[in-house]
Amino acid sequence: MAFDYDKYIRPGKLPHIWCPGCGHGIVMKGLIRAMDSLNLKKEDTCIVSGIGCASRLPGYIDCCTLHTAHGRAAAFATGVKMAKPEMNVILCGGDGDGTAIGGNHFIHACRRNINMTYIIMNNYIYGMTGGQFSPCTPTGAKASTTPYGNPDPGFDIAKLAIGAGATFVARGTAYHAAQIDKLIAEAIQHKGFSVVEILDDCPTTYGRRNKYRSVIDMMNRLKEVAVPVKAAEKMTAEQLEGKVLTGVLHKVEKPEYTEEYAKVIQRAQAAK
Amino acid sequence: MEKKLPTIEIVEKYCKGCHICVEFCPTKVLEMKGFVVAVKNLEACIKCMQCELRCPDFAIKVTP
Amino acid sequence: MAKKVAFLQGNEAAAHGALYAGCRFFAGYPITPSTEVAEVLSAELPKVGGKFIQMEDEIGAMAALIGASLTGSKVLTSTSGPGLSLKQENIGYACITEVPAVIVNVMRGGPSTGMPTGPSQSDVMCAKWGTHGDHPAICLVPASVQELFEETVRAFNLAEKYRTPVMIMPDEIVAHMRERIVFPEPGEIEVVDRKGPSVPPEQYKPYDTSFGDVPPLAAFGSGYKFHVTGLNKMQDGFPTTKAEIVQAEEERQVRKVEANKADIMKWEEYLCDDADVIVVAFGSTSRSARFAVNEARKNGIKAGLFRLITFWPFPEERLLELSKKVKGFITPEMNLGMCTGVVKGCIEGNAPVLGIFRVDGEPINPDQILDKMKEVK
Repeated sequence: MAFDYDKYIRPGKLPHIWCPGCGHGIVMKGLIRAMDSLNLKKEDTCIVSGIGCASRLPGYIDCCTLHTAHGRAAAFATGVKMAKPEMNVILCGGDGDGTAIGGNHFIHACRRNINMTYIIMNNYIYGMTGGQFSPCTPTGAKASTTPYGNPDPGFDIAKLAIGAGATFVARGTAYHAAQIDKLIAEAIQHKGFSVVEILDDCPTTYGRRNKYRSVIDMMNRLKEVAVPVKAAEKMTAEQLEGKVLTGVLHKVEKPEYTEEYAKVIQRAQAAK
Repeated sequence: MEKKLPTIEIVEKYCKGCHICVEFCPTKVLEMKGFVVAVKNLEACIKCMQCELRCPDFAIKVTP
Repeated sequence: MAKKVAFLQGNEAAAHGALYAGCRFFAGYPITPSTEVAEVLSAELPKVGGKFIQMEDEIGAMAALIGASLTGSKVLTSTSGPGLSLKQENIGYACITEVPAVIVNVMRGGPSTGMPTGPSQSDVMCAKWGTHGDHPAICLVPASVQELFEETVRAFNLAEKYRTPVMIMPDEIVAHMRERIVFPEPGEIEVVDRKGPSVPPEQYKPYDTSFGDVPPLAAFGSGYKFHVTGLNKMQDGFPTTKAEIVQAEEERQVRKVEANKADIMKWEEYLCDDADVIVVAFGSTSRSARFAVNEARKNGIKAGLFRLITFWPFPEERLLELSKKVKGFITPEMNLGMCTGVVKGCIEGNAPVLGIFRVDGEPINPDQILDKMKEVK
């Protein structure tokens, strides 16, 4: 049976604003399938985003949605989750929004291990403003503000999240569409701050400047670089050169922030 | 026994012509017709649902 | 039963005023000289089941505040000059999305790091013009510890009633001095709660003007689903660039405050009826001004005090009226003429406005004001 996405899409909001071949739509479909598989109640689910192409996602999904300021999704979401821990809080946005202007909120949400899921669509570029380089643009790549090649080294979002204290970190790609919902569903079920990085494509502002002839070229590149963590265990360092690990990269149990704060309330009331 | 054919519904007003479904269909069921996708060879469909899954634009619905 | 009396610091009184108003969420970041507000609420909020969070920065604190308010909580943050500058981004967000929030901003010297422990009154323009774009502004400027408590309650009432951020701006002297305070009994001061939706979820629109200029606000997690964005929006909350909608919505947002000035504005007139010279002052400076007015009366000078309790909206009409019968105004303030300029702007040149400006971290003393009165002929 065809999957019924309409159940979660706000009536009249499609077609979405994303360019032909942009993977954000594939990720949104994955999120919807994940929400459906977990039977999340729409009115008890809050999707929070910042600014940018990927941050337009909440507008399409029929639940409580909060399209905030550039980079601030994690901070707004922390307020929602703290005030109402019973809500499912899901964040989404792009690499520039989340790791540049929002980098501080991102690492601190990881550190607190607050029970939310952050889906970062990493297309290596600021798409909405026309293709400027982001903290995830590969060194040497062309962007509208790196006409001679990018001199900056990039972030590894997953390593950043693990280092900052996130207790669930996974990576998928827009090519591996069938895996996206599974990664997101596992992240949502995990108690603590979970990060799902989806390697994505921006044919319009990244691809055309970096020798990708088509959307298909970009999709095939995602297919080629991705190596599942299990498969990587049997590969040599040489074989892994230039590859990117996908799947669940990190999963540990640590005290969750809103539960810890509930204990603060108990202690304060016992002392009263 | 006669093979039951699936239905592939194309929502033309959503399709942006990105070619993803055409390219990743393993049996080449789909083709571009102008700027939007169209069904070329329904008999070849193996109901793998890849086109529906990969379409970024919610423009393909496959009923096996 | 006798009322509870305490000897409190201004910042502590602001925290207790917030609790009286029903505040259940605080997000902040440490900054002198406002930190005591956070310290008191970190201890008191969990006792009543409320939440306190120290965020990673000032921007994040204002963001978390808005997120929490959207779940239906009454929310507070506290900060000071440099923090207020950082918070402006999301103060603008709260303005356009019409989310209630209260910001205590203790005024210290600036710009930039300035004089962190020195008093100042130089943030009053930042309260109105700090964030970009057209937006409503409410700013309260109490002058005593008791008034800081009571005006904090009123700040919450105004934020909830008009769906807008409200700033309460004690100068560092008012925030850090200790005075006797009489706690009002529950119910003694009115506490206003947010107007919730009266329609079922499927009919709800977050900016439905058929309910007036201040549409009801539903809470996330209460069965109502809706979209909130910092883009210019339609009544259903979704973004639009349609010229006539953007124009109408922007005008309504400002009108919420402008058309309700009479309800929001508050000031005190002390000996103004027959005054030849009126001192317009606020915060701790108004205390020096009151002393100076009393001294002047003893010396036969007909002086009065016009004490601002709201700085925004500014009581322009009343000052214009008074300007027709006085010989001059004196405007002492701990900045380089912010209030003076506003007074000049509203009295149509009817009387001279003589400013006294100090930005050296010292309060304005009554002698300075008395000396200035002699210049009014």
